[in-house]
Amino acid sequence: MTESPVQDSTPAAAPLVVLSNVNKHYGALHVLQDIDLSIAQGEVVVLIGPSGSGKSTLCRTINRLETIDSGAITIDGRPLPAEGKELARLRAEVGMVFQSFNLFAHKTVLENVVIGQVKVRKVPRPEAEKTARGLLERVGVAAQADKFPAQLSGGQQQRVAIARALAMKPKVMLFDEPTSALDPEMVNEVLEVMRQLAADGMTMVVVTHEMGFARSAANRVLFMADGKIVEQNTPDAFFTAPRSERAKDFLSKILHH
Amino acid sequence: MGFLFEDDNFALFRDGFLQTIELSALSALLALLLGTLLAAFRVSPVPVLRAFGTTWVTLFRNTPLTLLFFAVTFGLPPLGVHFSHLVFAVLALGGYTASFVCEVIRSGINTVPLGQAEAARSLGMTFGQTLTLVILPQATRTVLAPMSSVFIALPRNSAIAGAFSVGELYSAQQTFSERGYSIFAIFFWVACAYLLISATVATLFRFLENRLAVAR
Repeated sequence: MTESPVQDSTPAAAPLVVLSNVNKHYGALHVLQDIDLSIAQGEVVVLIGPSGSGKSTLCRTINRLETIDSGAITIDGRPLPAEGKELARLRAEVGMVFQSFNLFAHKTVLENVVIGQVKVRKVPRPEAEKTARGLLERVGVAAQADKFPAQLSGGQQQRVAIARALAMKPKVMLFDEPTSALDPEMVNEVLEVMRQLAADGMTMVVVTHEMGFARSAANRVLFMADGKIVEQNTPDAFFTAPRSERAKDFLSKILHH
Repeated sequence: MGFLFEDDNFALFRDGFLQTIELSALSALLALLLGTLLAAFRVSPVPVLRAFGTTWVTLFRNTPLTLLFFAVTFGLPPLGVHFSHLVFAVLALGGYTASFVCEVIRSGINTVPLGQAEAARSLGMTFGQTLTLVILPQATRTVLAPMSSVFIALPRNSAIAGAFSVGELYSAQQTFSERGYSIFAIFFWVACAYLLISATVATLFRFLENRLAVAR
């Protein structure tokens, strides 16, 4: 496997992503409240919680698509730069997969996976195309390489989006509700790619409503409500014996219907 | 109607026609480049650039073009800036049209879903890369129709340059009038010439629209 996460001199024990005392407001709404979170190399963290709880916002702060009002975020020991080229460089090391895929509509599937490597990483085009074809093969859409995103199903588009993010050889991958916009029969093909990625040792932060994925692939489940991390535990412990009332209430609503 | 083919009239008319085309083409080029740059300024994260773009558009879009020609032709030489009349006309017309181009492009930028820019940024693209590689190519399609209106208006606006010593079509008309030919005949030929230019521009844009429509 050539697409394993970039290894460096950081000791395995050191956390890869650290959020300390992070706060964010949307006007009067305190959407992230004193968030402390540390994610280890190779860890798969799943964020769940009711809508409006701040889980997507938290995910997006990690590559600064959302700014924070106070607190600090470090990735691989380096603080997240405020803006400019430094921030761009850091974002290249943090893969992001969106709910609505956001593939570049005017580029072919192959070009979507090539463009970041060539323009940001300055990889020579033949090498970038080779990497791209390998990744498309890996997520099972190699046959669609020359089509435009709009010609693909939602599940295929999302798998291309994962390939596009992986092409940057990121240290950590963020998934912001990657299956929420998909027809039910396409959810599994995307989750399967993500499970594979987790098994390969990728560090992942996943916001999702797929409890099955949380159970089977997560190392840790974070339950968020009202801008706070209310509870965190291993998936087994969390789903069988939630401690907080909010989590019990949430799980009873989504697991029994 | 036949006066056009008497004496040196046709040469004068032809020179005016070519001068109008040259003035329009140079102004269009300036307007397109400057307008795109201004649009980039207006959506940039840098407040100073945004303010510059907004000021330019406010100033140039809201000032009568004749006044701009005055300002450039009579305002720049005292400041030590000396160009030919044609270059002054290109600066006035190009700077004026750039403010319209800027707003058309900005409206096009706003039609591209925000997620496209977020995806580009999350790959590590800079603001410039995001704009030129992802946003502008997708904005181009929606921008073509309003842009054609701007560039059809441009050759007709160029007639004002005739009053500022540029020997283009409209100034040819003045010469013919002074020579005493029928006003109707003169304006017929001048109108035909402008129609030809406008129709060519419109056809070009329709071609571009068709070309880009299939590329999705």
